[in-house]
Amino acid sequence: MNGEMTAHERVQIARNPQRPGIRDYIDALFPHFFELRGDRLSGEDEAILGGVALFHGQPVTVIGTRKGRTLQENLRANFGMPSPEGYRKALRLMKQAEKFHRPIITLIDTSGAYPGMKAEEHGQGEAIARNLYEMSALTVPVIAVITGEGNSGGALALGVADRVLMLENAVYAILSPEGFASILYKDASRAGEAAGVMKLTAPELAALGVIDGIIPEPQGGAHTDPASVMQALDEAIAAQLRELMKLQGKALAEQRYQKFRRMSAFERAELVRQPAARQENQP
Amino acid sequence: MTDVFARRRFRLRAMKKLMDNYLPADQLVACPKCLRDIPIAQKEENLSVCPHCGYHWPIGAKRRLELIMDAGKYREINADVRAGDPLHFPGYPEKLQKAREATGMNEAVLTATGMIHGHRCVVCALDGRFMMGSMGAAVGEKLTLAIEHAQCNRLPLIVFSASGGARMQEGILSLMQMAKTSGALRRFSEKGLLFISVLTDPTTGGVTASFASLGDVILAEPGALIGFAGPRVIEQTIGEKLPEDFQRAEFMMEHGFVDAVVERGRLRDALGELLLVHQGGRHER
Repeated sequence: MNGEMTAHERVQIARNPQRPGIRDYIDALFPHFFELRGDRLSGEDEAILGGVALFHGQPVTVIGTRKGRTLQENLRANFGMPSPEGYRKALRLMKQAEKFHRPIITLIDTSGAYPGMKAEEHGQGEAIARNLYEMSALTVPVIAVITGEGNSGGALALGVADRVLMLENAVYAILSPEGFASILYKDASRAGEAAGVMKLTAPELAALGVIDGIIPEPQGGAHTDPASVMQALDEAIAAQLRELMKLQGKALAEQRYQKFRRMSAFERAELVRQPAARQENQP
Repeated sequence: MTDVFARRRFRLRAMKKLMDNYLPADQLVACPKCLRDIPIAQKEENLSVCPHCGYHWPIGAKRRLELIMDAGKYREINADVRAGDPLHFPGYPEKLQKAREATGMNEAVLTATGMIHGHRCVVCALDGRFMMGSMGAAVGEKLTLAIEHAQCNRLPLIVFSASGGARMQEGILSLMQMAKTSGALRRFSEKGLLFISVLTDPTTGGVTASFASLGDVILAEPGALIGFAGPRVIEQTIGEKLPEDFQRAEFMMEHGFVDAVVERGRLRDALGELLLVHQGGRHER
């Protein structure tokens, strides 16, 4: 267990290149995996890997972001930063899962959606928005697991799930600590400090009610004993799935919507009573 | 009866505010695009659009609604909803206080009901002067409440976006507002109701990647910057300067993400036309 680590240390572990990647999880947890490619609109994005498989003997759809181990792999997978084509492929596979009544498991490890020219021209914002929109109403169980980094809308686009799980040293945030520091402190080198205030670690997010479960990692991180992490993740997914499979499609979608609907934090100000100002007039 | 004094105090304060903001009508302001000097009065009269080059200055939420609604009238809803400080983020309460004083608003979005060319609708406008129009949990809540209000009353919904994206100071909770507003729009859409998204300068980040991109119809003001990643981030990524027209409204229309680019002076009529032709299709299901 890694109870005493700072947020910054966890960010480093979450990014460790030796950390298990999506292929490792698929090999260990999802036998008979068959990869499905392309968004059927314009392209194939290797930063997202998806397909069908079995989980405990039951058909499932598995979708996740892909980081490479070698430079060659990383170039092909764009260092795990998806393009609109990737998000649209993910949506296609999710709709397909719905058609065949398969639960969906997503595995998230990305520094964010790719901020490039092509990605903008092809509607990065629209692609992410569309996924949030459609995922909120899927009538099959969706379980998201943040295995490494989960940054920004690029992670959330696979994360509108009935249950969101995180590995103990994974991080989930609005932006990378570097990006956050460069926006708020105008200094990316203060990323360590930023990580400390962002509330991006699994225990902090569980306390905020943003995630539903934490998968323990061995001392030093998941890469020191991948087998134990696979075992724990397998059990956690199986347990959640058992619960979710009891619910009917419509009820699942309703529950999922309400889960995100409740994510609020606001106050009601005392209003200064304004004497018949223009905006107070009844139209 | 003590109200009399309260009112008087309020009027005095309002008067002082007017005086503080008073600018002589012949004072000049430079257009950031063509760099020509324009008298303030002329700029105001021209809806904050440059009479020479057509540059659209960003405008506040109240002004936006006054320009769009019949007789400039509307009824604000949930005006009291405002941000807390859920993450206890250093310096955030002070920042909020400053923004509230500068804009006279509780939050970065104004939500209201009213009429456009006689069509009742729910209209929301983000205000770029309030922490760059960023979406935190209160903005997400107000938008969701507005969507739900429109759904309950079977009204069309119009949202004017002007935002740098998700509000950093509320971290992950800001991110969750993207899922919340998008999910609310999905339910709204299922009821066969109309959502018109109007993108104004700038609409970026988490706002582009959620409700702003989900309109049945998407309009944009000329020259508005529209994108997910901001131009500076892209320039850093690719290591070169972006072309001038990149991510502008016209560019986004060419690439299929905007239905029409509409000048500010024609927006009200365009919305009226769209509301008119969306009054209940006749085809039976």
